[in-house]
Amino acid sequence: METHQDDTGSKIGMWLFLLSEILLFGGLFLLYSSYRYKNPLDFHLAAWELNRVLGTLNTLVLITSSLCMALSIFFIQKGNRKLSALFLFATIFFGLLFLGVKYLEWTAKIEHGLYPNSPRLLGRSKGEVLFFSLYYSMTGLHGLHVLVGISILSVMLVLIMKGKINENRFVPLENSGLYWHLVDIIWIFLFPLFYLIT
Amino acid sequence: MTKNGVLEETHPIASFYEHQGKYHGIFAWILSTDHKRIGLLYFFSILLFFSVAVFFGFLMRLKLIAPGFALMKPQMYNALFTLHGIIQIFLVVIPAIPTIFGNFFLPIQIGARDMAFPRINLLSWWLYISGAIIVFLSLFTGGGPVDTGWTFYAPYSLRTTVNVPLAVFGVFVLGMSSILTGVNLVTTTHRLRAPGMSWFRLPLFVWGIYATAWVQILATPVIGITLVLIMLERYFGVGVFDPAKGGDPILYQHLFWIYSHPAVYIMILPAMGVISEVIPVFARKRIFGYKAIAFSSIAIASVGSLVWGHHMFVSGQSDLASVIFSLLTFLVAVPSAIKVFNWVATLYKGSIELKPPLLFALTFIFLFSIGGLTGLIQGALAVNMHLHGTYWVVGHFHYIIFGGMGFGFLAAIYYWFPKMFGKMYNWKRAVWGWLILFIGFNVLYFPMLILGWEGMPRRYYDYPPQFHTLHLISTIGSWILIAGLILIFFNLFQALRKGERAGDNPWGGATLEWQIPSPPPMNNFEKIPVVEKGPYEFQ
Amino acid sequence: MEKVKYRTYIFVWLGLVILTGITVSMAGMNLGRLSIVIVLAIAAIKSGLVLSYFMHLKYETGLLFKLMIPIVLAVLTIFIGLTFTDIAFR
Repeated sequence: METHQDDTGSKIGMWLFLLSEILLFGGLFLLYSSYRYKNPLDFHLAAWELNRVLGTLNTLVLITSSLCMALSIFFIQKGNRKLSALFLFATIFFGLLFLGVKYLEWTAKIEHGLYPNSPRLLGRSKGEVLFFSLYYSMTGLHGLHVLVGISILSVMLVLIMKGKINENRFVPLENSGLYWHLVDIIWIFLFPLFYLIT
Repeated sequence: MTKNGVLEETHPIASFYEHQGKYHGIFAWILSTDHKRIGLLYFFSILLFFSVAVFFGFLMRLKLIAPGFALMKPQMYNALFTLHGIIQIFLVVIPAIPTIFGNFFLPIQIGARDMAFPRINLLSWWLYISGAIIVFLSLFTGGGPVDTGWTFYAPYSLRTTVNVPLAVFGVFVLGMSSILTGVNLVTTTHRLRAPGMSWFRLPLFVWGIYATAWVQILATPVIGITLVLIMLERYFGVGVFDPAKGGDPILYQHLFWIYSHPAVYIMILPAMGVISEVIPVFARKRIFGYKAIAFSSIAIASVGSLVWGHHMFVSGQSDLASVIFSLLTFLVAVPSAIKVFNWVATLYKGSIELKPPLLFALTFIFLFSIGGLTGLIQGALAVNMHLHGTYWVVGHFHYIIFGGMGFGFLAAIYYWFPKMFGKMYNWKRAVWGWLILFIGFNVLYFPMLILGWEGMPRRYYDYPPQFHTLHLISTIGSWILIAGLILIFFNLFQALRKGERAGDNPWGGATLEWQIPSPPPMNNFEKIPVVEKGPYEFQ
Repeated sequence: MEKVKYRTYIFVWLGLVILTGITVSMAGMNLGRLSIVIVLAIAAIKSGLVLSYFMHLKYETGLLFKLMIPIVLAVLTIFIGLTFTDIAFR
């Protein structure tokens, strides 16, 4: 049986999978919209606890990582394995940086006693408790996706260095890029909803 | 045999069963990426789980044979109806037609050699089996089998001490399998159609599967996240559904039904696709209103995604929402009715052969209509106040799921069995099986409509004496139904062992699967066909 | 292969950075209800840039690619919208 290579088909498959990811987060956005509608003031109050500087930094980090991702693909198409690998490495680096900043934010909150089921949090108003439930669930799920993305990109990096991804066969890299950009887009929405609504 | 006067050796092409690949023995099957083998893997797994769930149903009906009958403790009864629901819905009815017949026949019907992503297809099956194992593990670990109903409503699912997390995690894994199958089916339909196979020459079965696959991709993630939130809430106290933390249990219901209502369209659309295949062949007449049926599949998938609130009329949701959802529920009946009218119009003045596939297809139309009409009745707000949570609903959904999808599934088996296995089954025994099943089905489920109308609640392990007669009749119906199922599957099993060889096209079908050998060779077609006519052009 | 110059990517990146700056400074101003509308609109524009250029959607041909994002947006709008007929009217 001949194996066929259908790059467009591969891409369609990846896009369809991304649609399912959008709907996965969509359920959480539904909850966010509903609870924010019911508790507007509490959400404003709770958002003060978040560090806007770190949030903005993380946004810029992910945007830059997306640029590097696009450039990595650009260069593999031109046959420049070295530059492609370099930009892919940069993408991974920024991804790790994002996770590092996230870790700092979370540990700071947890040290302040603001985590799900903490006595300090439960002492606050219901809307604030909901805000933090959603904050941890949504940024947590997003962070998990960043981690998965980093793993996938690392595998791609190895494949580039081995020559298995090259100017004739780079659809796996493109598809991984699509996943990474989606992770960026989700953060583009999470950032204002949690950090900029005070 | 001779060709041009020269004696030729006949080399029959090896079927996909005989094909020798990289692996041997059982690994040649469970590690195969061939869509036909994967379809059969699903077939046997699904039949196994179906039998388990039928057994649970049998036990439930046995408990209810008389008031006060102390066959089992209430907790056990709660676990039984929960697991019966989880298995039938997530392990049987949702996957059945897409993963068995969609996998096996969609590529062939469009003129392809396999699905777009054969390895992901295999992954889907492994995820399916993993999900099933996880669900079964939840029976014996943690706090024991779940008792929440297959709907896992918060806040009870957050507080009950049984093994909710493992059970919902199993369902989550099953959801991932479903999403990947959907991605595969959509991509295959877009990319692998043979030359000349335009969208409007596709068999209507493909349209049905295609519409279903979109729902699988777009709706399943919503229940995915909902179940993840149940786990997060149980383990970390993230309080999105807990009223004590400001959460709203009704939002759980919204999120749950946003998937679970479209899920019933995942169940029925492929079955409707099967009926659209069977009726033209056994009426020897082109289907009436091809485009109407094709578009109605898309319409049902779309409008069907807007009606979820009809499960929540008594939940405390706003009156405005209830009115809107009720209106949309009435609207979604329209495309389904269009299909029924078109099938009946196809039969009119057709040259009808009442063979087993058609028998089951006609029964589908009858039972699905009852199920659909009872759905409309409970979709009316005022009436729903009385019928919600009663046996009426149980009767309704069994008519539409078992009577609809179940009989459609059996129609598919009877139609495609000779192609898949190269053998023909005994028609007389098939008709007997149908008769016993049909009688058992109605004796089991029709009383439920009456019971519910009279106020008998669902999911109750006992009841007051006034409901005894109808419950007794229903239980006896369950025994007749099971006897029918046993006869049906015994007949098919016998056919596998010593049935007569079936030809390539025993029914005279015009779709591509009937132009290749029974059973098909590994790569389906010697040469990819060039399609020049529609799927229902008979000579 | 589409002939995108890498310059395009740099410009898109700059656009994203600038929009981020705008959205952060908007948050400082108190515009009440309008704040969330503007902030989400900017997020939508940023996403549009990522989708069109980084993800190449602008250069893909075929009805399916053109319809994917509209379909998913419609689905989300309907799910959230219909839920709001409950939430907002209890």
